[in-house]
Amino acid sequence: MDSSGLGVRRAVGFVAPALVLIGIFLVFPALWTLYIGITNYQLTGPAAANPQVVGLDNLVEAVRDPLFTNSLWLTALFVLFSAVIGQNVLGFLLAWLLRSVSPWLRRTTEGLVLLSWILPSTVVAFLWFAVLSRDTGTLGLLLGQPETSWLVQYPMTSLIIFNIWRGTAFSMLLYTSALAAVPPSQLETARLVGASGWQTVRDVVFPHIRGHVLTNTLLISLWTANDFTPFLLTSGGPNHQSEVLPVLIYRQALEGGQLGYASAMSMLLLLGNLAIALVYLRLLRRRA
Amino acid sequence: MSPLWIVRRIGFYVLITVVLAFFAVPMLWLASAPFDAKPGLGLRWPDWTLRNVVATFEHPYTLTSLVNSLVLCVIATVVTTVLAALAAYALSRVRIPGRDLLLYLLLLLSSVVTGTAAMVPIFVMMLQLGLINSQFGTALVIAGGMLPAAIFILKDFMDAVPRSYEESARVFGASPRQVLAHVVLPVARPGVATIFVWAFVNAWGNFLLPFLLLRDVGQQPAAVLLRTLYDEGGSANLTVIPVFSLLYSIPVVVLYLFVSKRYGFRFHGGIKS
Amino acid sequence: MGRTKVFGLLVVCGLLAGCLGQTQSGDQARNADAKEITLTIVANAAVGGKNARGANWIQNWVIPRFTEMQKAKGVTATIRFEQNGTGDEDFKTKVALDLKTGGGGDIIEIDGIWLGEFAQAGQIKPLDEVVGGTGWDGWNQIPEAVQGLGEFDGKRYGVPMGTDGRVLFFNKKLFAQAGLPADWQPKSWQDVLDAGAKLKALQGVTPIQLNAGSAMGEATTMQGVLPALAGTGRPIYENGKWQGDSAQVKDVLTLYQKIYGGGLGDPVLQQEANGRQRSFTLFSENRIGILLESDYFWRSVVEPKNGVAAMADRDAAVGWALVPAKEPRAGVGGQDFVSMSGGGVRVINPNTQYPRQAWEFMQFLNSAEAVKESLAGTAQLTQRQDVNDQVLGGDPMLSFIAEKVLPITRYRPGLADYPKVSAALQQATADVVSGKSPDEVATAYRAALVKAVGEANVG
Repeated sequence: MDSSGLGVRRAVGFVAPALVLIGIFLVFPALWTLYIGITNYQLTGPAAANPQVVGLDNLVEAVRDPLFTNSLWLTALFVLFSAVIGQNVLGFLLAWLLRSVSPWLRRTTEGLVLLSWILPSTVVAFLWFAVLSRDTGTLGLLLGQPETSWLVQYPMTSLIIFNIWRGTAFSMLLYTSALAAVPPSQLETARLVGASGWQTVRDVVFPHIRGHVLTNTLLISLWTANDFTPFLLTSGGPNHQSEVLPVLIYRQALEGGQLGYASAMSMLLLLGNLAIALVYLRLLRRRA
Repeated sequence: MSPLWIVRRIGFYVLITVVLAFFAVPMLWLASAPFDAKPGLGLRWPDWTLRNVVATFEHPYTLTSLVNSLVLCVIATVVTTVLAALAAYALSRVRIPGRDLLLYLLLLLSSVVTGTAAMVPIFVMMLQLGLINSQFGTALVIAGGMLPAAIFILKDFMDAVPRSYEESARVFGASPRQVLAHVVLPVARPGVATIFVWAFVNAWGNFLLPFLLLRDVGQQPAAVLLRTLYDEGGSANLTVIPVFSLLYSIPVVVLYLFVSKRYGFRFHGGIKS
Repeated sequence: MGRTKVFGLLVVCGLLAGCLGQTQSGDQARNADAKEITLTIVANAAVGGKNARGANWIQNWVIPRFTEMQKAKGVTATIRFEQNGTGDEDFKTKVALDLKTGGGGDIIEIDGIWLGEFAQAGQIKPLDEVVGGTGWDGWNQIPEAVQGLGEFDGKRYGVPMGTDGRVLFFNKKLFAQAGLPADWQPKSWQDVLDAGAKLKALQGVTPIQLNAGSAMGEATTMQGVLPALAGTGRPIYENGKWQGDSAQVKDVLTLYQKIYGGGLGDPVLQQEANGRQRSFTLFSENRIGILLESDYFWRSVVEPKNGVAAMADRDAAVGWALVPAKEPRAGVGGQDFVSMSGGGVRVINPNTQYPRQAWEFMQFLNSAEAVKESLAGTAQLTQRQDVNDQVLGGDPMLSFIAEKVLPITRYRPGLADYPKVSAALQQATADVVSGKSPDEVATAYRAALVKAVGEANVG
């Protein structure tokens, strides 16, 4: 099994630097954050001078807090529609369609899709303000509805479409490589028996790329669930209508200074992530 | 050429055009607003001017902040890529008990640390370590947050490298280090390149960590500077912001073009599990 | 990662967390005779960015001058300037982290409203305690009310950096079109609503902009709820209690409902992420009739040359009027007109190595010469009466603030709970704008307030 002749000792040596760095700069602060989550710690004010351990009170309070449940629901919507459905489907569609077009068209499309993935989020926020703002926004002008303020009137829809734009590149890249692994002979057979595009995808392609679909869905779900960019576009507004969890945590931590409470919500977000990962592992195991 | 075939062809290109437009239209602001005499948060044909560009270059910190960003991100990215490649290779080739569980756990924890709630622990810890105001230290924190995902993705690339290559190399007496450097990495190069770009892009946009950990404005990266381009009432300085956004975007685009031309930018053989 | 390692980390983690709340203090005369000193001043200002004028002043005038003065006394002074220039909340977080960990600049510029939070956390201390004697001839020049900005719980914590005042700005061109006078001065809320009704007849004009909702943040509280509440005669904090769902709060919410439910204001604008900035642009484009703002609007927004929404004809086109109470004599203290004010405060870090020198530096920063220089030829309300007398003469708007507004203005209660109360008020206005009834909203507001500050503190 050890074809590279690495040996366990050397393997540990290879892994150690990464683990040390992760241990110091990730595991340690993460555990500490979880600890703060069971205190009433605040950044300023009386509770800053003398933080008390309050046990699970923060968690209980969060679960009862309508703002938290609202934001949990919004996060679920955000992940489901923008990542699990949006990025997945569009990414696959692009990978599938771009197999058979001329190289320059493929390069241009891929380039644009990737550009939207690599631009810094502050810049991207300005780009989308220019699309969605009232009076001068591009979308309003194109649709002849300049008086619509998309980010205010359709905040979640706007964010979902934005996130599809922002993140499809990863799925596209992943599915492009996955499709290369489907044996061409099977696709040819499917074509010869007159299978439609959809039938080919369902019966020939999908069984081959099932593992890719699951890995992709896991990664983009986690990234979307923890994405902070919505704050730059809507700050969670109007009236909490687009306050996904990372935004709520940010607002509680920075604007409210409620670090204990914010940390407890981080812990709940972590549990949410864990749930996503478990579902994924389960599906993966069923395949095997 | 049946009519059905033509209809499908037309439908196909309409679809491609719509998708292209969807991805291209938001970018137009970056082409127009920097050169518009009255830039706003909207798209319009500009009154061409270079006044904004001049104003941006006259700003005392724009260029230094970009240099700082480069230093910070190159350190963070190189550390992430090198350590992730080593770890991913070892994890891919040697069965360490609880390996998968460990990877998932780290991947999940990274979401806590990249969030805002962790800022107090990170700040206090960096203070104790004497790493406040250190670009290197800040880069390490950023790298620590990115490593789990990088290892997770790279391990799949490493899994895809056929082991027979390594076996033949070993027959010729190559050491494990040589095998990694001369056999595995060249094959996994597109994957490593992808992780490199991914890590760079992530580090490039990071605001909160550099803001808290680097105190001197002369050391702060572009992501932090971009947030200072507001007046006391919170109104955006639209003379400088569009041009600076453009300048700020160029390095990542250049890096992507370079990497994709030189090494290919795709998940060859790809992530599979 | 073995189990022992994780356990070890947890232990260290707990130990460190135990130190979270510590602060230190020492001898006020420490290092008083040092021949070499280093002082750091921290401000939310950056050259070429936010509050650039203040940053330029510190860097190019204050530091060279003060270093020279110290040199004449045989002291080598190194003055460092830590520029920030980001969002207020980000800056506050950074200062709080600094103070908590025993670090930070020697002199820190903060928003006066944060004073109470930092003081209650023990992160800053009364000035006398930090530096010893604080006798200074400059105090005579700073009006009592303005000094109050730097005080908490009856103790002086810092020196204010200036102040401002809120008025109703209006567009005289639109007023002329609507048949309203150029020297408009409403006497009651109804007068404002009546003017709004006339402006409504103009095509494409939003009659009134009264900030609302959470997206505007503190701007909603300061330029909306609090001036209105002051006009009902009862301030938000009184006799140790925060105002709950009182008749006065309902009056304010009803005012919002009349404006935003009656087509006199633009509800969508209140919810946009850039709503406040957009309201400025709209005003400068003659599309908003009346707007409640501080003199910042006059100095930096519609200012003809460098304003963010410059109006070339500002001096002729922009009028201003005192904010009326709900009805004559219905305002706080039986006043006919009301206003709210705020401002920055400079505090000295209790952890400073050079308390006496920091205090000397503070006096220098607040000397008449330095304060005048900080204005760089523009006019603004400073903390010093003597400077104001010299610089405000040329600007009718700012003179108006100094003479007519400051005598009737109020300051926010600088308590740690204030930001939470402010957030609840913003939420309440957001709910009214989105169509809920004032009664219903007032009940929800009270519930939020109780949750934030505790039942015992709600009146």
